[in-house]
Amino acid sequence: MGIVRRLTEKPWLAPGLDPSIDPDPDGLRTLPAAAVGLRLYFGVATIMFMLIAVVMVMRMDGHGLSTDQQPDWKPMFWPPLLWVNTGVLMLSSAAWEWARAAGRRGQMESLRAGLVAGGALAVAFLAGQLTVWRQLEDAGCGLTATTMSAFFYLITALHGLHLLGGLTVWGRTTLKVLAGGEAAEVEQSVDLCAIYWHFLLLVWLVMFSLLLLNRR
Amino acid sequence: MTSTTIADDTRVLHHPKTWVGKYVWSQDHKVIALQYSVTAVAIGLVALVLSDLMRLQLGFPGALKFITPSAYLQFVTMHGMIMVIYLLTALLLGGFGNYLIPLMIGARDMVFPFVNMLSYWVYLLAVLVLVASFFAPGGPTGAGWTLYPPQSILEGTPGRHWGIILMLASLAIFVVAFTMGGLNYVTTVLQARTRGMTLMRMPCSVWGIFVAAILGLLAFPALFVAAVMMMLDHVVGTSFFMPSLVSMGQQTKFNGGSPLLFQHLFWFFGHPEVYIVALPAFGIVSDLISTHARKNIFGYRMMVWAIVVIGVLSLFVWAHHMYVSGMNPYFGFFFASSTLVIAVPTAIKVYNWLLTLWRGDIHLRAPMLFAIGFIFTFIHGGLTGLFLGNVSVDVPLSDTFFVVGHFHMVMGVSPILVIFGAIYHWYPKITGRMWHAGLAHIHFWITFLGVYAIYLPMHYLGFLGVPRRYYALGQTAFIPHSAQVANEFITVAALIVGAAQLVFFYNMIWSYFKGPKADSNPWGATTLEWQTPQTPPAHGNWGPKLPVVYRWAYDYSVPGAPQDFIPQNVPPDGVARHHAT
Repeated sequence: MGIVRRLTEKPWLAPGLDPSIDPDPDGLRTLPAAAVGLRLYFGVATIMFMLIAVVMVMRMDGHGLSTDQQPDWKPMFWPPLLWVNTGVLMLSSAAWEWARAAGRRGQMESLRAGLVAGGALAVAFLAGQLTVWRQLEDAGCGLTATTMSAFFYLITALHGLHLLGGLTVWGRTTLKVLAGGEAAEVEQSVDLCAIYWHFLLLVWLVMFSLLLLNRR
Repeated sequence: MTSTTIADDTRVLHHPKTWVGKYVWSQDHKVIALQYSVTAVAIGLVALVLSDLMRLQLGFPGALKFITPSAYLQFVTMHGMIMVIYLLTALLLGGFGNYLIPLMIGARDMVFPFVNMLSYWVYLLAVLVLVASFFAPGGPTGAGWTLYPPQSILEGTPGRHWGIILMLASLAIFVVAFTMGGLNYVTTVLQARTRGMTLMRMPCSVWGIFVAAILGLLAFPALFVAAVMMMLDHVVGTSFFMPSLVSMGQQTKFNGGSPLLFQHLFWFFGHPEVYIVALPAFGIVSDLISTHARKNIFGYRMMVWAIVVIGVLSLFVWAHHMYVSGMNPYFGFFFASSTLVIAVPTAIKVYNWLLTLWRGDIHLRAPMLFAIGFIFTFIHGGLTGLFLGNVSVDVPLSDTFFVVGHFHMVMGVSPILVIFGAIYHWYPKITGRMWHAGLAHIHFWITFLGVYAIYLPMHYLGFLGVPRRYYALGQTAFIPHSAQVANEFITVAALIVGAAQLVFFYNMIWSYFKGPKADSNPWGATTLEWQTPQTPPAHGNWGPKLPVVYRWAYDYSVPGAPQDFIPQNVPPDGVARHHAT
């Protein structure tokens, strides 16, 4: 409703909206700029992963041409470790949520614990993903072995890079907290990191299910 | 918690002391805008020279020995890619977006100044990687600016080894730079508007840049994904896009990929890209016309809505670039319909520009001349777009010079004319000096008449069936001798227009040092950037207090007002307004 009202305003009718009476007509401005920027970035990343998913589905349906005129989509070795990794990422996300809630209540101890756990679990997830890559190579399912493995590597690499970007912010925030910073100082960083982690978890779950369902 | 730049407080802005801090690693949006603009224009000049070399080959085949068939294809490719992405996108959003957004909405800077600075340096890296391909073994890629696989990475295509890799890497880096910039522009418009600057009080320029930035954020990921996947196909041998095929008598290692998927991804980016370039131009030209005709823009709300609607529709028309790819007729029908629907909001804009001019107090200064020139070239390019939007008309015209004439008119010449107009318009604010009016008029007339001399005959060549991207026609039975005469004429015109740009550069550089001092508001404009306490605006833009906005951006020739314009930050005098609306 608000946006429709704003876009149908007749701006030529001065004085119209008087800044002295209505200083902040825009509800969005209650959010800090970084939070808005991050949400916009979610849009960008969603489009990117969605396009990869769409291309994968089209490619899977034998959209291209292969030597034997058969769709070349072959099943890929599915390392069980992937289930563990997914669980670890979920725990990481949960730890961030815990840190965030602790920060709101001003409990420094819990915030510190949640922060360290969230980051450490994310690092563990990345290590797990690298191990999966190694296992795939060993099973003869490397990057170029099948189209599905090519998509698997592409998706995990892009997802991992996003997580790595999040970890740099985590590093800065953790240093600040360990150096004795107050909860208020890091509240925004923790808040945004938590949302970012949930977003990456969601992306991973969607991509994971898509790959899982199409193992054939 | 809230961003420091929107608070009425200058203490939190960084204030660099050294020359390097001020002008090299600067976080000031105005300096970053100039860095973007200078880099974009510099690389754009390379593309201009390439186009003249192409024209020399087409007009006088074989006259220049160093233009081999491979070199010609490389010139075509690099000219197209540089002009569309590294010049137009970077200049309109990185240059004008950066300069105008904070000043026009009454902010001290972008909301993320550091990310803004990073955006420029990453863009520069993308340009340097692109330029490096000129010096790589085998030269730059000659795959055409669309880079269609499989041919772009197969043996026989120029720059197949290094050129294509550097091109794809450069594009991926550019997307990263754009994303940083785009997030900044959108967030700044949403968050950092000064008091009283409601969305519908923003000038059309900001609206155009704002919607174009959103569009870019939605479209560029497609280019990124396409570039990364093609890079994997080429470098490590995956088969995302590469089908099973025999190349030069050898069975390749690829199997099962689909080149059509690349085309979809490329055009899912490529078509919105047209509007990423066009929407800022639409916005800016609205402000130029309104200011120099001393009239409020006709149908402001329609203009804003049209920008938004065009932005949304442009995401649903990409496959009209693929009519000849063998698509399902129903698919073609859908894309032809969505394409033609865009004509409605676009026509609204054109009519509104004309109605703004109608009975206006028109001052034919250089910015206005370029704005009117834009209306001509844009209508021209838009009408030929109706031809190509229809599947049955497009198929015979596909890959002919008609297409070249069309898109150069609509997205080459038109935005460039607006850019020239905008530079002339804001130059006094940016530099504090005024340019030479006579030279500006010479520049306009040669450029405006020249582009018609170049692109009008191309439509005729297209009807004759002259194909684009061909190095030489040789003896082709169905192409008459007159086509060669037309090609010679076009080449001469292109060389003249290319050389005429020297007048522009001379004018800009000479005026920067020797031009007369400019007033702070030489055009009598209403928008906030003309109301800054200093000209050029100082760091932080507004001195101790942010401006407060009381009215829309188009209070020109208001009956009963002492001047023929009322700036946006002038409070109402309590007298009721008597508008016909």
